[in-house]
Amino acid sequence: MALSADESARLANLLGQYGDQIVKRWTDNVSSSLAGRLSTAELSRQIQELHTSLRAALDQRAVGLFDEVAVELRAVLSELSRARARQGFTATETAISVFALKDALLEHIDVSGAGPEVMRDYVAFTGLIDEMGLLTFETYANAREELVADQAEQLLELSTPVVKIWEGVVAVPLVGTLDSARAQVVMERLLQTLVDTGSPYAIIDITGVPAVDTQVAQHVLKTVVAARLMGADCIISGIRPQIAQTIVSLGIEFGDIVTKASLADALRHALRLQGIETARRTGRREA
Amino acid sequence: MDRVPVLKIGDTLLVSIQVDMEDQTALQLQDDLAERIVATGCHGVIIDITALDIVDSFVGRTLSSIAAISKVLDADTVVVGMRPAVAITLVELGLSLQGIRTALNVERGMELLARGRGDGLPLPFDSDEDELTATP
Repeated sequence: MALSADESARLANLLGQYGDQIVKRWTDNVSSSLAGRLSTAELSRQIQELHTSLRAALDQRAVGLFDEVAVELRAVLSELSRARARQGFTATETAISVFALKDALLEHIDVSGAGPEVMRDYVAFTGLIDEMGLLTFETYANAREELVADQAEQLLELSTPVVKIWEGVVAVPLVGTLDSARAQVVMERLLQTLVDTGSPYAIIDITGVPAVDTQVAQHVLKTVVAARLMGADCIISGIRPQIAQTIVSLGIEFGDIVTKASLADALRHALRLQGIETARRTGRREA
Repeated sequence: MDRVPVLKIGDTLLVSIQVDMEDQTALQLQDDLAERIVATGCHGVIIDITALDIVDSFVGRTLSSIAAISKVLDADTVVVGMRPAVAITLVELGLSLQGIRTALNVERGMELLARGRGDGLPLPFDSDEDELTATP
């Protein structure tokens, strides 16, 4: 509990008595820290809203931020920090929006010649403000984490296309680092496409994979084995010179899996296995 | 207990598993199939597992032994229509169904058997061009 009921009443009184001045001073403090990246109208609306909900909570004798009657205040704080997180403000800038209230309050507390009770009040008030600041910080962190999680999911969706490049041949161009989650998605998509298109050949192209370590190789091998179980053959293509050297020095064994240097070679191989020969039409033009 | 029907199509026996495979069903299928191969003198067996949601280690092993038994009786076995989820699970379990040939669907399975018999080779998947021109 940050406050006693009496302190809560006195703070409510203070906020009511000097309401407009406190809001103005508070807004000024915050706007100087944000360096004009948020419009004054928007900022003062937010601060006014905070002030109103804080006062409403204290009027109901809230003794701390996690009091039942302070639910509205918590909602306003969360909303504020979520908005800040989305707009790209730093955590400090977000927290200052709350902490600036301390300075604004101090102006209206008569410290000179004040007794210990005034000091105690002020310490209690700032205790409450600290709680508010911490909540803001926590919500800010959560909002950012959600953002990161959303983006990771979108990236997963984006980066795993399975394309049919010939009758009976599908290809998966892998781009970016292959971790377990992505490998799983790639495997599921590829196998499903094999069933949907009835293709007996799949080409896994790793040109876009920046580095191949034992883990990546393991994922690729699993995919190949699963495809074989379903009755399709996999060809691995797009192995760059450095990657080939890494694979050999790591001692990764591809066994009897066909590997090709380029996607074109892999496609030609797959066509040949299907009994389709590719040949240049020589001499036609002259004739 | 459910019994899996074994159909004869030309020189091939077709087994389409439509029920959940319990251990008893799998063993019964193994017996039935061995008898039918001897009785009909077929040289190919196609086991269609399109409808199977779950292939556990026992069913996987039974499939392997069916393939081995058929081999002894001079018949090639092809398992067709394995679902992606089943394949992923088997790989995660580390079961690679040793000695079993696979195809995407019954039609491809038939092709595979025909190719195997035509060339007299068990696996025509090498890059040798002569045998490839022999295939349509």
